[in-house]
Amino acid sequence: MYQYLYYWLRMLRCAAIGSRRYYAWIAFLSLGVLTGALVFLHDLLEGLGGTNMTDHVSWGIGIANFVYFVGVAAGAAILVVPSYAYVREDIKEVVLLGELLAVSAVTVCLLFIATDIGRPERMWHLMPPLGILNLPSSLLAWDVVVFSGYLAMNLHIPGYLLYKKYLGEKPSWRAYMPFVFLSMAWAVSIHTVTAFLLSGMGSRAFWNTPILAPRFLISAGASGPAILIFVFKAIDRHTNLKVKDSVFEYFKYVLRVMMPINLFLLGCEFFWEFYTGSAHAISAQYLYFGVDGHASLVLWIWPAIIFNIVATAIFLIPRMRDDPRLLYTACLLTIMGIWIEKGMGLVFPGFIPNAWGEFFEYTPSLEELVLNAGVMAFGALLFTVMAKVNIAIQVGELRKEPD
Amino acid sequence: MTRETPPKLEPGDSLRRRQLLTRRKLLEDLVRTTTLALGGSLLSGCGIFSDWTLRELTQSHYLRMSPDELESVVLRIEGDVFKRYRKRPVVNVEPAETGVRYVQALDLSVCIGCGRCREGCFQENNQSRDPSIKWITMLHSEKQEIWRLHDTRAFENPPLKKDDHQYYLPLGCQQCENPSCAKACPARATWKEPDGIIVIDYNWCIGCRYCQAACPYGARKFNWRQPSIPSNDINPMMHYLGNRPRMMGVVEKCTFCIQRVRAGIEPACVAVCPVRARKFGDLNDPTSEVHFIVNEVRTIKLKEDLGTKPRFYYYFSAGLT
Repeated sequence: MYQYLYYWLRMLRCAAIGSRRYYAWIAFLSLGVLTGALVFLHDLLEGLGGTNMTDHVSWGIGIANFVYFVGVAAGAAILVVPSYAYVREDIKEVVLLGELLAVSAVTVCLLFIATDIGRPERMWHLMPPLGILNLPSSLLAWDVVVFSGYLAMNLHIPGYLLYKKYLGEKPSWRAYMPFVFLSMAWAVSIHTVTAFLLSGMGSRAFWNTPILAPRFLISAGASGPAILIFVFKAIDRHTNLKVKDSVFEYFKYVLRVMMPINLFLLGCEFFWEFYTGSAHAISAQYLYFGVDGHASLVLWIWPAIIFNIVATAIFLIPRMRDDPRLLYTACLLTIMGIWIEKGMGLVFPGFIPNAWGEFFEYTPSLEELVLNAGVMAFGALLFTVMAKVNIAIQVGELRKEPD
Repeated sequence: MTRETPPKLEPGDSLRRRQLLTRRKLLEDLVRTTTLALGGSLLSGCGIFSDWTLRELTQSHYLRMSPDELESVVLRIEGDVFKRYRKRPVVNVEPAETGVRYVQALDLSVCIGCGRCREGCFQENNQSRDPSIKWITMLHSEKQEIWRLHDTRAFENPPLKKDDHQYYLPLGCQQCENPSCAKACPARATWKEPDGIIVIDYNWCIGCRYCQAACPYGARKFNWRQPSIPSNDINPMMHYLGNRPRMMGVVEKCTFCIQRVRAGIEPACVAVCPVRARKFGDLNDPTSEVHFIVNEVRTIKLKEDLGTKPRFYYYFSAGLT
C-alpha cells in the first residue's frame, strides 16, 4: 500500500517536472481550462441563457463535440485490436498511449455533458442505488453505463501494466487480458449506443436512419488514426519514446480503408434522402442546400465534404500519401472534415426545422465556444500529463528504486 | 490560553508605530472586505437558486419518497414559495383516480385562433413572465396542410378576424399513451401517471433536454434562465407535479392542469375558450363528451405514424352537420 502511494507521488512529481517547452504547453492549456471554468461557473449561477440554444434547437455545439469525441474515444480500438489480437509488437509499444487517449476523450465527453445540462449538481440522480437509471428504455441511461465501463477498463489496463513495468515485474495475463478483449467490443458499444441515442428518436427524421451507427464507427476509424498520427509524431519528436515507422504505415492503411467507406456511406445517405424526396428530407435539404434563405450550415458542410474527398484522394494515391507534408494535410483535412460532418452537420439539422416545420437556426455563442475550448483544453492537458508519465515509465526513466 | 488583545493606538505613540498599526489595520480590513465580498457574492449567487440547499440537493424522487418525507418536502416548498412571493400556497400531492383516462379533443372548425387558451394556461400554471414560457403554441396554416404539421407557422398576436382560408391549431403536450419523452429520460424524472397525464418531478430533472429532442410536438420547454413571476400573479393553488413555480435548468410542459383536474375542475384552457372548441373528460366514461367524439367522430392524432398514440384529438365538427 505504502509502495503504491509512493508510486503515485513519483508519478505526480514526474508530471510536474519538465522542460521549458513542456511548461509553456501546460500553461497554455491551463489558461484555456481556466477561462472555460469561468464560463461554466457563470452558467451554473445564471443558467444556460448565455448560450444560443433555444427550445427549438435544444442541443448545440456541446453535444456536437460530444458526438465527435465519442469517436475519438472509440478510435483507440484501432490500436488495441492489432496489438493484442494480432500481437503486433511495434504497435504494442504505443498501445497504452492509445488507451490513455481514450481515457482523455471519454473524460472530455463526460465534461461536455456535465457542462451542457441545466442541473449538473443533480448528476447523482443517474447513479443507482441512490439515483435512478431509466433502463432499459433510455439510450442516455445506456450511455452512462457504457461510458463508465469503458472509462474503468481504459484506466485499469494501462494503470495495471504501467505499475507492473514500474515494479519490474511481469504482468499476469489474467489480470488484464480479459478486459482488453472486453474493451474491444466495448469501444464499438460506446459509439453504437451514442448513435442509437440519436437514431432511435422518431421525432427527428434526420437522425432516424439505421445507417447512423455504422457511419459513426467508420468515421471514428478515420478520425482516430488522423489524430494519432499527429500525437505520435509529436511524441516521437519531443520525447525519448521513438515510434516505429511501421506504426504510421499501419495508420495510413487504416485511413485508406476507412475514408472511402465513410464517403460511400455519406453517399448512401444522400441518395436515400434526396431520391425518395419525402417530406422527411427537409432537414437534409436545409443542411446541404438551404431552404427559403435559411442556409447557415451550407457553408460548413460543403467544405467538409470537399475536405473528406481531398483527404481520401491523398490517402489512396501512394505517391501522395508518402509525402509527409501531404500526409499531414490529409490528416488535418480528415479531422476537420469529420468534425464538421459529424458534429454540427449531424446534430444541428436534427432540430431544424422544428416540430411544426418552422425554421429556427442556431449558431453557437462566444460563451459556448469558450466553454467548449476549455473542455477540449482539459482533455489535452489530461492526455499530456498522462502520456508524459507513461513514457517515463515505458522508457525506464521512472522505475522502482532498488531497496 | 489567553488571546492576545489587539494593540490599541495611544496618543503618545510614535509616528512609526502609528503607521505600522494603520497599515496592519488596512491589511486586515482589506482581507475582511475581500472575504466578505467574495463570500457574499458567492452566497448571493447561490441564492439565485433559492432551492440550492442541502435538503434540496439530497431530495429523493417523487415516487420514492415516503408519505412523511413527501410531507416535509411539500412544507419546505410551500415555505420557499411564501418567502419568495409573499403568498401562502397550497401544494397538492393528490394522486390519480383509478380507472380514469383523461383526454382532450379540440374542434379545429370552430377555433378562431384568439389564443385565450394560451393566456389562461399562462396565468393558471405560474409560467415564467420573463423569460416568457408558454406551454401552448398557437399555429396556423392553409386548410389543406394543417394536420401534417409540416408547414405551419407559430403566431403571437391573434388575428382580428378569423381567416376562412386558414385553420388555427393550438399545440401543447399531446399526453401520449406511448410517450417518447418518458422513454428517453435517463433519470425517470418524467413519467405517465395512471390517469394518463405525463408529469415531471422538477426536483429530479437534471436538465439534459433529451426529452425535448424526443418530443415530436415541441411541447416541452426548458428554463434557460431563472424564471420570474410577479408576486400578484402567483396562483396559490398548486400541485407538486404541476404548476408549482419551476426552477432554472429544468424542463416543464402542460399537465392538463393537474392541480385542477384532480380536484374535479376542467383545465384552464377548456374553461376560458370562448367558442368551446376544447373538450376535456374521461375517455373511460361512456357518457362523456370526449368518449363520443373519440368513438363517433373522425379525429386526427398529430404525427400518428410515430407510434406515440396521442391522447389529444383534433376534429372538424363542420363536416358533420
